Amino acid sequence: MKITLRIWRQRSADQPGKYQTHRLENVSRDLSLLEVLDQLNEQLISSGERPVSFEHDCREGICGSCGFLVNGQAHGPRAATSVCQLYLREFNDGAELTLDPWRAKAFPPIQDLMVERSAFDRLIAAGGYCSTGTGQAPDGNALPVGREQATSAFSTATCIGCGACVASCRNASASLFVAAKLAHLGQLPQGQPERARRADAIQSQMEAEGFGSCSSNLECEAVCPQEISADWISWMHREKRH
Amino acid sequence: MTHGLPDPRIPTGPLADAWQRTREGLPLISPLRKGQMDVLVVGTGLAGASAAATLAQQGYRVTVLSFHDSPRRAHSVAAQGGINAARSVAVDGDSVSRLFADTLKGGDFRAREAGCQRLAEISSGIIDQCVAQGVPFAREYGGSLATRSFGGALVSRTFYARGQTGQQLLYGAYQTLMRQVELGRVQLLTRRDVLELITVDGIARGVVARHLLSGELEVHTARTVLLCTGGYSNVYFLSTNALKSNTSAIWRAHRKGALFANPCFTQIHPTCIPSGDVFQSKLTLMSESLRNDGRVWLPKTPGETRQPDSIPKEERDYFLERLYPTYGNMTPRDVASRRARELCNAGRGVGPGGRSVYLDLTDAIKAEGKDAIAARYGNLMTMYERISGDDPYHKPMRIYPAPHYTMGGLWVDYHLMSSIPGLFVLGEANYSEHGANRLGASALMQGLADGYFIAPSTVTAWLAGTPAEDVATDHPACREALESTYRRISQLLNSEGTTPVNSFHRELGSVMIDRCGISRHADGLRQGLEQVKALEQRFEVEVRVPGEASGPNAELEKALRVKDFFGLAQLMLRDALAREESCGAHFREEHQSDEGEARRDDVNFAHITAWEHMADGEPIRHSEPLQFTALQPSTRSYK
Ligand SMILES: Cc1cc2nc3c(=O)[nH]c(=O)nc-3n(C[C@H](O)[C@H](O)[C@H](O)COP(=O)(O)OP(=O)(O)OC[C@H]3O[C@@H](n4cnc5c(N)ncnc54)[C@H](O)[C@@H]3O)c2cc1C
Ligand code: SF4
Ligand code: FES
Repeated sequence: MKITLRIWRQRSADQPGKYQTHRLENVSRDLSLLEVLDQLNEQLISSGERPVSFEHDCREGICGSCGFLVNGQAHGPRAATSVCQLYLREFNDGAELTLDPWRAKAFPPIQDLMVERSAFDRLIAAGGYCSTGTGQAPDGNALPVGREQATSAFSTATCIGCGACVASCRNASASLFVAAKLAHLGQLPQGQPERARRADAIQSQMEAEGFGSCSSNLECEAVCPQEISADWISWMHREKRH
Repeated sequence: MTHGLPDPRIPTGPLADAWQRTREGLPLISPLRKGQMDVLVVGTGLAGASAAATLAQQGYRVTVLSFHDSPRRAHSVAAQGGINAARSVAVDGDSVSRLFADTLKGGDFRAREAGCQRLAEISSGIIDQCVAQGVPFAREYGGSLATRSFGGALVSRTFYARGQTGQQLLYGAYQTLMRQVELGRVQLLTRRDVLELITVDGIARGVVARHLLSGELEVHTARTVLLCTGGYSNVYFLSTNALKSNTSAIWRAHRKGALFANPCFTQIHPTCIPSGDVFQSKLTLMSESLRNDGRVWLPKTPGETRQPDSIPKEERDYFLERLYPTYGNMTPRDVASRRARELCNAGRGVGPGGRSVYLDLTDAIKAEGKDAIAARYGNLMTMYERISGDDPYHKPMRIYPAPHYTMGGLWVDYHLMSSIPGLFVLGEANYSEHGANRLGASALMQGLADGYFIAPSTVTAWLAGTPAEDVATDHPACREALESTYRRISQLLNSEGTTPVNSFHRELGSVMIDRCGISRHADGLRQGLEQVKALEQRFEVEVRVPGEASGPNAELEKALRVKDFFGLAQLMLRDALAREESCGAHFREEHQSDEGEARRDDVNFAHITAWEHMADGEPIRHSEPLQFTALQPSTRSYK
């Protein structure tokens, strides 16, 4: 099939960016969008041009490295799918796709479609853990966890830290990411001792990093590749008053 | 100069509490003194994150380097199935000795017995540790930890978190690590590619790393270095590993003197989504739990063109059930992979290029209903549909084996120290307990055993016994490592060709999967060696690495990795050629029984091969004999 890619090109944060358009004839429908970028990059390299920079690694939707906007949608049109799992067969022959990086104050641009998301690591460092050391753990069966409780905690623990929720939010809020972590640990007995402190610490860090606040537009939930529910954001708001 | 093989420091006396005795006899260091000692950890997968967090907790000053932008992205995140542990509470009588025996047998008696024993002993504590961190393992209704059976094991001892066990274990370790970062005990340096090891007086004292955003080369020195950099399946280009997984850190260490053990022991996983287009970049694993309910088959007639649902049952060959009546579709990974390949080579394969076999759940769906199957495998079914575009509820899935795990790695002694004193190697990067074939769900166990429990004791023992001065970053050894790295980078950037790195990597991969993949023979291996040498020479003149040394340069990163893969590939081929037997995942066509089963040679090959790099000339092959006292080598049989 034929496809046109209009890609945001920006050498570095302190230089202006602009779109560059590439038409690809004859690409397989069975390729992922990232594989199409690989193919384009091979052409650019052979013709002496600078290849497009984008983040990726596992290419199976689990590491959270990849992520950019496809026609304004974080991770593209397919629900519950990170962009490495987006295949060309989702698009019509001749489609034109505009690719933009995540844009958020807390995610400074690096190059082209790459941005820096280390703010997420600092949110976790602020309190996204259970304070336990190696060799101090009690028997794992000493604290029973009901099946439903374990399943619910698991469903929030699956966040891959991709940043789509932030990128799709008009306030660039990290609420879904933070709520997911607070809900993961807050639903388990192991997470109880530090529950209040954790909620305070991470939410203060969120403000310090320059993430915006939540105004319940629910775009985050719609783009989250792990389908984490925005209900956890309301849960988090109750949690703060805990 | 030959250094030979160092003492593997295997404990003497009874096997059962050998690790406990060893640990109790190891020297300690006071927390105060630990606070003055720097430790470098490379990698933040399960092995690296667990080691770094534990060493920091003990009081060391830890610096962690990783090429990822966040520790949470290490490829451990992709492990699906689960983690083994022998816990005495299990109802089916599993125990430490059983897990020990399964690990040793699974590895086809090509691992150290003391190491397998230790792993089984430590396993239970790993689960407790992870639970305390908040890892949401699956639970029974009563609230206790749930288990399932996995990959050829007859007992249920695999702990899991849906199909995302690796992710959850990694996040547990990552969060614990981030806590140590917040406490100021760990300096976390992300987006750093480690490209060289620094040794001073023959002892590992640091690394050279390239900052992947600025492009700057940095020197980091410490009292000891831990490499936890994962496996090298990406030598095959298409594999289940992440695209940036690489061999560079261990390969550079090998070139500096660290012995490389059993490089040819690589595991090929039978249930992966096959390739189609040349630009396909990745083979995705689907949990082999699918083989519990799925039936593997091929049309009986070569060149069959009908759609699978219009091929009547009589014209289908359920070849695993036919060949292995007892285990059927659950035969071990290597056997299932080999049979699929043989039949595809004989022209019986289906899909693009005839490179796949059917994995069919339709009988199970008929028997139990779509909902029951969806409840069990829903996420895998969606993943398959997303990648292949086919609906697995109505059409059999197409699968093919793919490189998945590398048992080989840097040789380490019982203390996880390589043949370079002061250099420790943990996780998939080392050659340790999996012998010639790893059991499902045992890699996560090993990575965490290494990082949480073994290295923290043995690294301390090393530091206690080896007083040393700090190494200044402008020490001649550092300057030399820096300069040689700088030269390698300039060489690549100055190459005047026009061919992108990927193109060479694809070619290397196709040679390796063909010559040194699921099945191997002497002629093929020799030819493979010539092909790889020729390809490497072409790479040197024909490659184009665009851009500069400074700033982000993904192509330069790739070029450095692929260059190291060329060296490793040659060593793998040599190793496969020298090992004149079939064992575990290493199948030499010359060494098989009349029924086509692997023939192991315990008289001549009951050893670990350890290769020594030579600056000039061919590498030297050393061997470490393996002794078995608790369990005598038996022949694997799945008939
Ligand atoms: C798809 C898949 C499914 C699996 N499922 C299971 C399972 O169910 N059960 C099981 O037991 N095992 C499973 N395995 C195997 C298991 O996941 C791995 O063996 C294990 O996680 C490896 O952990 P590690 O810490 O050694 O390395 P990794 O997790 O790969 O981490 C490597 C680290 O090293 C860093 N690094 C690498 N090279 C460099 C360099 N040159 N410079 C700087 N940093 C570097 C990386 O950034 C990363 O942080 C699976 C593997 C795959 C691929
Ligand atoms: S909450 Fe969802 S969208 Fe946000 S970082 Fe996590 S996985 Fe990505
Ligand atoms: S590349 Fe890992 S999630 Fe997309």
